Amino acid sequence: MKIVGTRAPRAEGIEKLTGKAIYVDDLPLNDFLWGLTVRSTIPYGRIRSIGFDPSEDWSGVTIVTAKDVPGKNVVVLLEQDQPLLATERVMHQQEPIALLAHPDRERLWELAKKVKIDYEPWAPVLDIDASLAVAQKLFRDDNIFKSIGIDKGDVEAAFSRAARVVERTYETGLQEQAYIENQGMVATYDAAKKRLKVAGSMQCPYYVLKGLCPIVGLPPEQVEVEQAATGGAFGGKEDYPTILAAHAALLSMKSGKTVKMIYDRVEDLMATTKRHPCRTRIRTAHDADGRILALDIDATMDGGAYCTLSPVVLSRGTIHAGGPYNFENVRVRSRCVATNTPPNGAFRGFGAPQTIFAMERHMDVLASIFGEAPHRFREPYLLQAGQTTAFSQNVGEDVCIVEIQRQAVEETRFVERRRACEEFNRTSRWERRGIGLATFLHGAGFTGNGEVALDSKLKVDVTPDGIVQIFSANTEMGQGKDTTFGQIAAEAMDLPLSRVRVVTPNTQVVPNSGPTVASRTAMVVGYLVQQACKALRRSLEEHAGKTWKDEAEFASVAADYLRRRGLLEKWAQYQPPPGKVWDDKAYRGAAYGAYAWACYVAEVRVRLDTMEARVEAFDAFQEVGRVLNPVIAQGQIEGGVVQGLGYALQEEVKMRQGVMANANFTNYIIPTFADVPEVKVHFAERPYPFGPFGAKGIGELPMDGPGPAVANALSHALGVEVNRIPATPEHLMELLQGE
Amino acid sequence: MSDPAAETVIRCTINGRAHEHRCHPLASALDFLRYVVRLTGTKEGCKEGECGACAITLDGVVVNSCIVPAAHLQGRQVRTVEGLGADARFSALQQAFLDCGGAQCGICTPGMLVTGTALLEDGRPLTEQRIREYMAGNLCRCTGYGKIVEALLKAAEGGR
Amino acid sequence: MRTDLSAFRLERPRTLDEALATLASSKERLTLLAGGTDLYVYLNAGLARAGRWLDIWGLDELRGIRESGGYIVLGALTTYTDLQASELVCAVLPLLAQAAATVGAVAIQNRGTLGGNLVNGSPAGDSLPPLLAYDAELGLRSARGSRWVRLDGFYTGYRATVLAPDELVELIRIPRASAVAVTAGRYVKVGTRAAQAISKVVAAFALGRSAAGEIAHARVAFGSVAPTPIRLRALENHLLGRKLDDALVRSSADCLAAEIAPIDDIRSTARYRRFVSKNVWVRFLEECF
Ligand SMILES: Cc1cc2nc3c(=O)[nH]c(=O)nc-3n(C[C@H](O)[C@H](O)[C@H](O)COP(=O)(O)OP(=O)(O)OC[C@H]3O[C@@H](n4cnc5c(N)ncnc54)[C@H](O)[C@@H]3O)c2cc1C
Ligand code: FES
Ligand code: FES
Repeated sequence: MKIVGTRAPRAEGIEKLTGKAIYVDDLPLNDFLWGLTVRSTIPYGRIRSIGFDPSEDWSGVTIVTAKDVPGKNVVVLLEQDQPLLATERVMHQQEPIALLAHPDRERLWELAKKVKIDYEPWAPVLDIDASLAVAQKLFRDDNIFKSIGIDKGDVEAAFSRAARVVERTYETGLQEQAYIENQGMVATYDAAKKRLKVAGSMQCPYYVLKGLCPIVGLPPEQVEVEQAATGGAFGGKEDYPTILAAHAALLSMKSGKTVKMIYDRVEDLMATTKRHPCRTRIRTAHDADGRILALDIDATMDGGAYCTLSPVVLSRGTIHAGGPYNFENVRVRSRCVATNTPPNGAFRGFGAPQTIFAMERHMDVLASIFGEAPHRFREPYLLQAGQTTAFSQNVGEDVCIVEIQRQAVEETRFVERRRACEEFNRTSRWERRGIGLATFLHGAGFTGNGEVALDSKLKVDVTPDGIVQIFSANTEMGQGKDTTFGQIAAEAMDLPLSRVRVVTPNTQVVPNSGPTVASRTAMVVGYLVQQACKALRRSLEEHAGKTWKDEAEFASVAADYLRRRGLLEKWAQYQPPPGKVWDDKAYRGAAYGAYAWACYVAEVRVRLDTMEARVEAFDAFQEVGRVLNPVIAQGQIEGGVVQGLGYALQEEVKMRQGVMANANFTNYIIPTFADVPEVKVHFAERPYPFGPFGAKGIGELPMDGPGPAVANALSHALGVEVNRIPATPEHLMELLQGE
Repeated sequence: MSDPAAETVIRCTINGRAHEHRCHPLASALDFLRYVVRLTGTKEGCKEGECGACAITLDGVVVNSCIVPAAHLQGRQVRTVEGLGADARFSALQQAFLDCGGAQCGICTPGMLVTGTALLEDGRPLTEQRIREYMAGNLCRCTGYGKIVEALLKAAEGGR
Repeated sequence: MRTDLSAFRLERPRTLDEALATLASSKERLTLLAGGTDLYVYLNAGLARAGRWLDIWGLDELRGIRESGGYIVLGALTTYTDLQASELVCAVLPLLAQAAATVGAVAIQNRGTLGGNLVNGSPAGDSLPPLLAYDAELGLRSARGSRWVRLDGFYTGYRATVLAPDELVELIRIPRASAVAVTAGRYVKVGTRAAQAISKVVAAFALGRSAAGEIAHARVAFGSVAPTPIRLRALENHLLGRKLDDALVRSSADCLAAEIAPIDDIRSTARYRRFVSKNVWVRFLEECF
């Protein structure tokens, strides 16, 4: 292969490196208004009235409330429980109630203070326990957005014959995506033509389209959604942009002008979605030798005030809960509950980091109870060819987790370093060192039959000057999709990269190739690129009666084709890999077409005087099918790992009365250059037959490992069980003092 | 920024070109550059001086433009990302970013390049540790920093 | 920004005298603008005081580091970058130089000033414990004249100082004697992360031992454990004249615990601050042996 697998430079690199890339706040606009959202300041209650301070001159201000919504006042996702603008009651702090637009952005903040909302406050439900106790009914009768069960073998029988049962509870906190570009959207409504255009920072233009149409009461043909350059997303720009787009659209429809809404950091942190907090109880039954007879997992996530994507997050979390292991008897029960907090949503990993944290901590807890090294204790249970996961998927031959873990242990000299840490700890007065690993898998693409339901379509064509164009709705948000799609197409066409162009996602221009989420873009949609290009190539070769020897010849073949026959475009549509069956009722079977397999190793050093922990070394081993571009793939892993290190040690969303109290970058602490070590990335490649040139998805994978690897290392260093993240110094102190 | 009486004329040199614009002297230099001068390469990430996306140099000194008053640009040499490469050519650091994968989503990149350029220009020998300390005020959520460290080391080598 | 600037005016005096005259003649309290690294955070968040602002950033009379009459004298506009670049500061006031290197990151160090850190008066200000440990005095200046006040008496409460409305901080001076008396010193910052971090606890320890090995000079200063940065006087007195041994480590740690009054806030807890304050002190003493 000439292009796939090379360090092809980032397709949009030049624009990004010269400041020319146009993000939403950079769009050149004339004669526009700024928009601002007026939000609730209580977590739960009735809105008695919305008033506008009469001492203020409101004549130049565009005001939108729920009654200005031309269509349905609802954010359509899985349920229809979330209003776009609150009417009678508010369900969480920062819930949008009214919208203002004005030419002067700074004035808007003064104006917003003069919108007086009178509430009748109700006692809020602020955590999982209160929700489960149904202190208030927030969602249906039981406050449960979704519950899931997985069963394999006979768990009860295994527990009844167990010599020993080990039970622990593991907790993970809220986490903020913390993309550096805040959410933003620009909307222009042309009343004469009844056409709406929105452009902004987003992952999924077709989600925005689907959400907007019923709200603005326009058919999709009259609504155009375009992605601007997007400064990071990580899931945070999966569902929320629909709300922001609709807000900007309503202000534009009412004012007749272009409206621009850009959140500042504080608003973005307080109002937008975060990773679901999760509490996972794990029980294992053991025989007299400590061997695991059965695994019983019970996980609860906090979904916030509205359902949004919680059921899907819960689903992925539940499926990944059993880890890369072959246990005979497994039971998983999980649920996602409602609380009066801002809705939680998509974040890289989508539920899996939470449950994998619990599983991988539990394996270390067991290893230490039964006196074995962590990797040795895990090894007998690691999935091998022909064995089945917790949800009874036969992993076939596509499994190499035993090898990956062995490689990780050997190449990191895990055993020697573990001993060295213990030696160090015996003599050091003020410091402790520890090393830990986490072994895990991550499924790529939508779960179960999800990809079939998405029915993704993609188009390629060729221009008269011999450029192959890729039309897909998938967005570039830093992950390198424009580059890898270009590489796939160039390779498939046997052309240099300069002959391929990736078209900017715009719902009027590109077909719906599905959302840019779930590690699906490279693997699922990239495969469509390959298929479509194959077809394109076949047509051109047939036309020419031969293949081209260079790009010039290609260009003339293409030009000739178009001259004689007009258009040349090829479509590709998703086809499920053969023989993969998923039973959504029983939660059994082929949850994902392919998995990436990984083992991550972290070494930490803890200062005992301050309980500050530093990750001194980090190694990430994984099998990912084919690496399409090593620079981009490493970048994905390194970035995900550092996000995971923040999750493990530093990033704590401090909620007070249902709202983030540390809502700025001064107090929500993400890792800096100085906080993290070099992340060493090691790839193993086993081409996957249904991915482009063998590639599997990797986007979310690196988020899963750091949490448990670091907590395992901390537990090793300190000799206490670190079963909650973030393991802040304050938390570690409490743990040690509790001993 | 609506009250003309409070505005003053800011005269400064931006990327080698003389500029003159009216603006409230207390507007942030970031808002001045982005919304008045309309040079949008400099980015906003936090407006609290924490993230470095808005980094520019004033007479060669790195500052976060979101917490500098426009008044302090008066008479200064301002450099933004738009002024890094000469005549449509990449600087050594821009090239190294492209080669090493130093930019992903790109929103932190202008600030990284401006701060990194100042680091390279200060002439002291570069080590990974020194990079990690000097650059610590520039947050990146995509790269995990490794590829940016690599790019800086590469640019430093090339420069010598 | 979340602030409508139409209610703000900025004045830019060219000389210190002009600035002092403006301060003297103003009826409303002026906001002095130095590097702006605190003020702009407030301004962007919609929390700054409207009205007249006086820009002192351009007053070079307030810059410079020199030695004079037994003092090291620093202009109020001395930045953290200036401190680190000064051979004098690095050699004679190492705790202050170390503190400067831990403030924010480079872009903040290039703009943040000592005067701003002092007058902003956050109990977490990183330069304050070293300045306390070195017996710093502040030169306050107004059109009425100049006065020196000890930093130790500068704060009257949480973010409140003795500075009069028409005064500004012109100079900070440190007696050379207080610096050279230190034979064992340490600056400790326990921040929220490795860089670009606000302190959860910050401290400066400065001990001097006599030839006989007794503690003859003791300054123990903490930030973020009380409403203002503080010197632990009782602990200092307890140390004086004693020799460093295990018993002193223990008894001094008890003194320390009795003298600090940390609180829970958004960055940390009172319990953690107590834990850390005691530990970093004990660790320092142990490592002095
Ligand atoms: C991202 C970031 C990180 C930071 N990190 C740290 C840190 O690690 N440690 C730390 O201690 N601080 C930190 N700070 C806070 C700030 O940088 C310091 O307090 C700095 O020293 C303030 O100086 P300045 O000149 O910028 O003050 P300004 O913002 O200009 O002024 C601050 C206050 O002091 C007054 N003032 C300034 N100079 C004088 C004077 N000469 N006389 C009278 N009044 C005066 C002003 O009126 C104002 O009330 C950080 C700030 C930011 C934005
Ligand atoms: S926007 Fe200026 S530092 Fe973040
Ligand atoms: S590349 Fe996205 S924040 Fe740095």
